[in-house]
Amino acid sequence: MTADFDAVTLLEVSRHFGRRRAVSRLSLSARAGDIVGLLGPNGAGKSTVIGLLATLVTPTSGEVRFGGASARALGAALRRRLGLLAHELHLYPELSARQNLTFFGELYSVPAGRIEAALTRAGLDERAGDDVSGFSRGMRQRLALERALLHDPRLVLLDEPFTGLDDRAVSIVADRVRELAANGAIVVLATHDLDLAEGLITRVALLRDGRLIAEEPATTGLRARYRTVVGSA
Amino acid sequence: MFLKTALLVLRKDFAIEVKSREILYTTLLFALSCVLVFSIAFVKEGEPLEDAAAGILWIAIEFAGTLALGRTFERERYGETLRALLLAPASRAAIYVGKMLGIVVLLVICELLLVPLVALLFRSRLFAAPALLVGLLLAGTLGFAVVGSLFAAMLVRARTRDVMLPILLYPMTVPLMIAGVRGTVALTQSPVDQTSAVMWIVLLLCMDTVFLVLALWTFEPLMTE
Repeated sequence: MTADFDAVTLLEVSRHFGRRRAVSRLSLSARAGDIVGLLGPNGAGKSTVIGLLATLVTPTSGEVRFGGASARALGAALRRRLGLLAHELHLYPELSARQNLTFFGELYSVPAGRIEAALTRAGLDERAGDDVSGFSRGMRQRLALERALLHDPRLVLLDEPFTGLDDRAVSIVADRVRELAANGAIVVLATHDLDLAEGLITRVALLRDGRLIAEEPATTGLRARYRTVVGSA
Repeated sequence: MFLKTALLVLRKDFAIEVKSREILYTTLLFALSCVLVFSIAFVKEGEPLEDAAAGILWIAIEFAGTLALGRTFERERYGETLRALLLAPASRAAIYVGKMLGIVVLLVICELLLVPLVALLFRSRLFAAPALLVGLLLAGTLGFAVVGSLFAAMLVRARTRDVMLPILLYPMTVPLMIAGVRGTVALTQSPVDQTSAVMWIVLLLCMDTVFLVLALWTFEPLMTE
């Protein structure tokens, strides 16, 4: 079963963890080609929104729709179209870079040729046989990004993708994100870094205390806008 | 696809274990120490307590298995790789089966050392009916791994997982342990009580089936936050 879609929509979605309301009645949509920045202070609900879109967190109420269907209706086939780079990197430190990509590639039934291409894009050709435990945070982050994109997902979810990267690596990742969107992916990016987000995201969703405060096209002066709407930046 | 995913997860766990050998060594050492300590307590002047071997064998398997379960799923917690597995477009039940098979393989390796050691230290006739013994051990180990893997996966993100795992696991596996011990006692009788042994193996297989069906049914909803 294929489960491709060209838009993702959260409809009045709430998610409560016990008495804590991580997300409250949030409605948001993104289309193919969008790079949506989820911006907000700590505890705003950014990671919960990423979890909801990744189908790893179920809404307490409301619905997440992928195209015209719900996650439940699309089942496992939907997950073939989702790529997630979370704050924790989803890598096995005991395995080498190549072993990690090969394992996840096989799980996603990805052609073997893509593994070497992904290692090259991560800049890890020379270290492909080394265990991930010996890598710097930046190297792990680049490898984790390629792992998340190995299966050419439609919806790319990036939670703080620039953590631990130097300027050159940030620029490479930003170019990669733009390339994904240009090729028809829907990119949702949660970050604290307004400077890096500016110029990269095409739309911005400002969150505070689990609520969507503003959703609008990203323009210049993001920091000033953030300060006005959310508070100090 | 189901089997392929389960075997991929099993092969990945095997590759990690081959590199680190951490779980195998700690589990083996723990199981062997357990048997040695019991042998000091229960063997007086070369004469073991009657039927003690059966109980000690299964206690060692259960304790070593609990240790293995904790460590195996701790690996999936580090780097949140369990979430990555759950995000894969594969049956989540297949991922559970892959993890569970890894525990079974690990415990079978432990049993290859434990059984001769228990037979030797407790002068037990464990090898009187080897085929039935293998059947009994496999059925008991499978049941333990089925229940244990479900609870260990469920608790992987809980702060109190080290405390909660035995609290949940031991009461649930009491019927398995009773069947395992009684079956082993039947096998060490002279002559071997084959009828009883077969009955306990069949009972274990029935419990395995019930636990496996429940685990496959509940794994996905339990793992979704």
